[in-house]
Amino acid sequence: MSHKSHKPTTARGQSHAPVFAAMGDKTRLLLVAKLCSGQPYSISQLAAGFRLTRQAITKHLRVLERARIVHSVHAGRETRYEFDPKPIAEMKRYLEFVSAQWDGALARLKLFVEG
Amino acid sequence: MQNAIEKRIELQAPVSRVWQALTDYREFGEWFRVKLEAPFVPGQVSRGFMTYPGYEHVKWEAVIEKMEPERLFSFTWAHPKSFDKEHYSPDYSGAPTTLVEFRLEKTATGTLLLLTESGFDSIPGDFRAEAFRRNDGGWTEQMKNIESHVAQKP
Repeated sequence: MSHKSHKPTTARGQSHAPVFAAMGDKTRLLLVAKLCSGQPYSISQLAAGFRLTRQAITKHLRVLERARIVHSVHAGRETRYEFDPKPIAEMKRYLEFVSAQWDGALARLKLFVEG
Repeated sequence: MQNAIEKRIELQAPVSRVWQALTDYREFGEWFRVKLEAPFVPGQVSRGFMTYPGYEHVKWEAVIEKMEPERLFSFTWAHPKSFDKEHYSPDYSGAPTTLVEFRLEKTATGTLLLLTESGFDSIPGDFRAEAFRRNDGGWTEQMKNIESHVAQKP
């Protein structure tokens, strides 16, 4: 079984770093694109395509980890990172939910002002 | 990933009419389905309760930001952690907020309304997951209904 190194949740889930903020960076988006394939990657494997140091990659991975978009898996001495689609899917579903509410409200507004 | 919701809708009504429907608190309440206590005043908190069937327990709380006549109406509002009656909390202190902006433009036939809701990056994961737990249940029910309907009529 894999060992997930999630940070403990503090008050009222505020430790969920915002997914958007995590995704609002080109390097992190590229990292996620790579990790999306489903298989876990080591830091060196992830760093391969970038002109960045391991430390820089690690920093970006931490941001993604705090947003729970990725989690680390320890296999012996090696740390690998794995993608978790849930937070992004939740974000998408939430936006769709709010969006649908607006569609309803604006349709009612249309009837209201045109009627 | 997009951090905002954007809608545009053409309304066959003059800008002045749309402006009134947006900014008169009673008119707003009619189409938005909320019972508001008092008129909108920029910089002040607007309070009330939803009248949307099934959501009557949900409190409305917004801070009116801008009211530029027949041009822009905006407010920030709180997103409760859950709308579901069992998990709903009327305490919005600390609840994440988003900015809602209505922009009006005159067209040949009436008014173009542009709606933007932005700031979703302030909403933590567990809020997003819980906010529509109720909705989710609804869909599960719906899928079951469809399943049994299809099963009965193969």
